[in-house]
Amino acid sequence: MKVSGAEIVVESLKKEGVTHLFGYPGGVVLNLFDYLYDAKGIKLILTRHEQGATHMADGYARCTGKVGVALVTSGPGATNTVTGIATAAMDSIPIVVLTGQVPTMLIGNDAFQEADIVGITRPCTKYNYLVKNIDDLAPTIREAFHIASSGRPGPVLIDLPKDISAGMGTFNWPEKIQIRSYNPTVEGNKKMIEKAVDEIAKSKKPVIIAGGGVILSNASDELRQLAELTQVPVITTLMGIGSFPSTHPLSLGMPGMHGTYYANMAIQDSDLIVAVGMRFDDRVTGKISAFAPNATIIHIDIDPTSIRKNVHVDIPIVGDSKNILTALNEIVKAEQKTQWGQIRMAWLKQLDQWKELRPMSYTYSDSVIKPQYVIEKLYEATGGDAIITTEVGQNQMWAAQFFKFDKPRTFLTSGGLGTMGYGFPAAIGAQVAHPDKTVIDIAGDGSIQMNIQELATAVVYELPVKVAILNNRYLGMVRQWQEMFFNERYSHSGLDVVPDFVKVAEAYSAIGLRAERPSDVEPVIKEALKIKKPVFMDFVIDWKEKVFPMVPAGAAIDQMLFDEEEAPKKKESKKLKAVK
Amino acid sequence: MKRHTISVQVENKFGVLSRVAGLFSGRGYNIESISVGETLDPKVSVMTIVTRGEDQIVEQINKQLNKLIDVIKVQDLYDVDHVEREMVLVKVAPPQEQKAEVLRLTEIFRGRVVDSSPKTYTIQITGDESKIEAFLELVKPMGVKEFVRSGKIAIAREKSKS
Ligand SMILES: Cc1ncc(C[n+]2csc(CCOP(=O)(O)OP(=O)(O)O)c2C)c(N)n1
Ligand SMILES: [Mg+2]
Repeated sequence: MKVSGAEIVVESLKKEGVTHLFGYPGGVVLNLFDYLYDAKGIKLILTRHEQGATHMADGYARCTGKVGVALVTSGPGATNTVTGIATAAMDSIPIVVLTGQVPTMLIGNDAFQEADIVGITRPCTKYNYLVKNIDDLAPTIREAFHIASSGRPGPVLIDLPKDISAGMGTFNWPEKIQIRSYNPTVEGNKKMIEKAVDEIAKSKKPVIIAGGGVILSNASDELRQLAELTQVPVITTLMGIGSFPSTHPLSLGMPGMHGTYYANMAIQDSDLIVAVGMRFDDRVTGKISAFAPNATIIHIDIDPTSIRKNVHVDIPIVGDSKNILTALNEIVKAEQKTQWGQIRMAWLKQLDQWKELRPMSYTYSDSVIKPQYVIEKLYEATGGDAIITTEVGQNQMWAAQFFKFDKPRTFLTSGGLGTMGYGFPAAIGAQVAHPDKTVIDIAGDGSIQMNIQELATAVVYELPVKVAILNNRYLGMVRQWQEMFFNERYSHSGLDVVPDFVKVAEAYSAIGLRAERPSDVEPVIKEALKIKKPVFMDFVIDWKEKVFPMVPAGAAIDQMLFDEEEAPKKKESKKLKAVK
Repeated sequence: MKRHTISVQVENKFGVLSRVAGLFSGRGYNIESISVGETLDPKVSVMTIVTRGEDQIVEQINKQLNKLIDVIKVQDLYDVDHVEREMVLVKVAPPQEQKAEVLRLTEIFRGRVVDSSPKTYTIQITGDESKIEAFLELVKPMGVKEFVRSGKIAIAREKSKS
């Protein structure tokens, strides 16, 4: 029996368990939108920009572990998804992006709204397809979901020419898929795993560094078990936040450029690093030649290309984190000889001393709102029971440093690409997945303006997303670098006009609240959390506040700068005026 | 920096060459030559890629190639006993008194004249790189107008059981 291409697409999505997709219509996808008009069991969320749609699909994927889906038109619709796709690629997030394409006959003709989106996205997708034969539709979609969600996950794009979605064909749903050239290694090598346990037992000063891979493979319980059994402290990278409880006594927080003093000191002093699902990004390692000079490195990762890419690795273990951690734990449990608590005593004591010496802190003020205070109050008001997304800049780092995350899939941030404009649509995607959860985007006044139009989406679909804008009237992170490393030459980092975010919210029929003094912070947060609508909270913060500790670019990670006095000598900052 | 010849079996699909080439350009790896052709199984092509790099880079190249979804198998022939061949087509326009010498050289190199005109010979030479380089060196002074090289192809030697 022949059915329409649109029906094949939508029914295939349903077979993959898709209940929501994020999209925006246009000429060549009208058949698909027409089929979706009254399709049962699947709902399209109409966004206000295609970038928003891809970030929503991404946020949805990060907080559920399912594949997020976006559907957009050809040409400009397709090119608008590129930032979202690259964001997902850098953070290994499974999304499938369906783009319309001009009819097969016209491809290559510079037809109206034609863009070679398969060519454009080849370097930023895990894989992509141009469907040229309608009978390949269902198998292609099946394969795309498989590739997106297995191995090291990532975005997959399917380009659908108009004549394919409008044509008639057969629904060939393959029950099984076999791609001979794609067989990710999931089980770790036994010998290597045994060697790893020996090293952990031998080590006097070990640390675990957990990355986003732990979250992607749902291996948090196994990670915690390993840490507790062997009494090894855990450092979580920006992408690994939530993979291990921040409130756990063995937690050392985040490493790297804006990491905690004690995490960076621990790495530099360690004799063993157990890296799990992380890739030694340059923001983590700092000066690579000075990174962890005394450490033996065990590297567990599903992607062989991550191993030995940036740092020397002594024991590589390729495979899925969950499987490998499970295998490690089994060996550890079976062997009774090692007195873990005993052999770690001195090391854990040293770490406690570092924690006491320089805990994460800031200087509270009762005249001006400090951004860190806002984050602390958000944590208190939610009891930590929230999904937090972030934009990029200082806001992102303060969120990572001062909120506490005890569960995986609750901190959604663009780590690899660092995409301003990610947090708000990602929060909307998360709220679609979890309508009853508190979802908060911790935003900057610059970043929020990059996808602010999605407020309409949140309002229309009654998604009560909260946005906490840390409003410093600056591209704060840029300003911070200029203050510290460019002689306070604030070239184009002041946002001379920042919209009245309360009025913006009201203009979209959402709610806007403002806090101008520290005493307003708590009441504003409490009120916002009560409102069952989208709320913009505009926190007018101290524009001078900087993110510390900070490892200057190119320095070793134990070369941290702390508050003012340690920073490069500051001249009178007259040139700088706060924009009201 | 060592030179590696890597033989890559790929799905014979639209876009695969661009994925492989894009991998090299996107990551700043160097390609000295690349040649592609069908195999016994028409659904599979083999690409022979010649590249150069430090060990750690070449290790990455091999892994990154393997990671491409359409790549079936990657074999780095660096430590493998193998045969390499390349072909060159050379158009020479020798002065009258050197025409015989060009033909003599062609014979010594077991080449063939595949086209001729009143002023030129087009000569085909096959062999490993050093043979091709040697031939070009010798005929260049005699008036080479242009030449085209095929890029290398390579195959592992069958292990002979002794
Ligand atoms: C799309 C994009 N453009 C530019 C940058 C570079 N960048 C990084 S942080 C930053 C400033 C962000 O300003 P804001 O959102 O106000 O955050 P703040 O640092 O003030 O908290 C900029 C411009 C980026 N990360 N993303
Ligand atoms: Mg700002």
